[in-house]
Amino acid sequence: MKVITANFVTCAVKECKTSPASFPLHFQDAELEQQELDFQPEFIRNILPRIDWEALRTISNELGFPSLPDSKPEGDALENEQTLRDLHRLLLETQVTEGKLTCGNCGHSYMIKEGIANFLLPSHLV
Amino acid sequence: MASQETGEAYERQNVHKVYQEIAQHFSATRYKPWPIVERFLTSLTPGAVGLDVGCGNGKNLMVNRDVFIIASDRSENLARIALQHQPHSTVVADILDLPHRDASFDFAISIAVVHHLSTPARRVQAVAEIMRTVKHGSETQEGGKVLIYAWALEQKNSRRGWDKGDEQDRMVPWVRKGDRPQTFHRYYHLYAEGELERDIDNAGGRVLESGYEKDNWWAIATPKTAHDV
Repeated sequence: MKVITANFVTCAVKECKTSPASFPLHFQDAELEQQELDFQPEFIRNILPRIDWEALRTISNELGFPSLPDSKPEGDALENEQTLRDLHRLLLETQVTEGKLTCGNCGHSYMIKEGIANFLLPSHLV
Repeated sequence: MASQETGEAYERQNVHKVYQEIAQHFSATRYKPWPIVERFLTSLTPGAVGLDVGCGNGKNLMVNRDVFIIASDRSENLARIALQHQPHSTVVADILDLPHRDASFDFAISIAVVHHLSTPARRVQAVAEIMRTVKHGSETQEGGKVLIYAWALEQKNSRRGWDKGDEQDRMVPWVRKGDRPQTFHRYYHLYAEGELERDIDNAGGRVLESGYEKDNWWAIATPKTAHDV
């Protein structure tokens, strides 16, 4: 599972959707792998406005990466190739291959196995 | 298929299990996106973020690499095949309990999926769940767009030959080729003309455009706003 994905998923339990504590989900016991992908600076520039920066900072800390800047790179910062390369590496190339994603509201954990997170709910949570 | 619970158990047996079994062979026969799907995906603004609900082998993830799609499927075996399509992402999820926040996506597609839900209420619920995830329109912002396809009852020129007035709830055989060919049966609800639009309306969507393509009914919709109610 790419790190960027964590910015666009939350708990599958209906009641959790209204709780701010359900986003972002928290990584636990994460095993990471780098997967080399074509660097497309335009893609990073275009996708950045859609990224919840606070959530990305939280996730990035939980995965043990150096702190991201306080605010999202904007304007001239997006002309800096290194900034874009760093984001490309974090968002798209960093894969969580094994581990768990846990909801801060209900405490339910979703398993990540061989790079795929499974959001199917056990029957008592549907 | 009266209740929610029996509907779920029925689909587990007659839809989910079958796709797990036929994933490889099913995928090998599905490689070209349909024209309306292709048109919809290529018309998106670069940087748009959206969902492909019931992505199957991910054939629609190949169309546009300038947008970001979080694809999901109920079958882990299919989701695993879809994983290869960059720069997108794939997870395992149920259409009735999507792991996504309200009103946060620019678009969503669900191609040949809602016809696998076995009661009228579950089909409307599935559409409503997709509608929930896309942005709501306002005076300053266009609402998110959802493209949905469902198999049509009216397909008298297809090899199945069904048409208006025929039974809509069916078990459709899938023959898995190989050394020992094996036949599996999947449940389908065949949509009659106008039915998809009606389901979308009941699910809180406003149909913007709809039509018929390759034995399927399709519709593009956006969540209703105060103006529509």
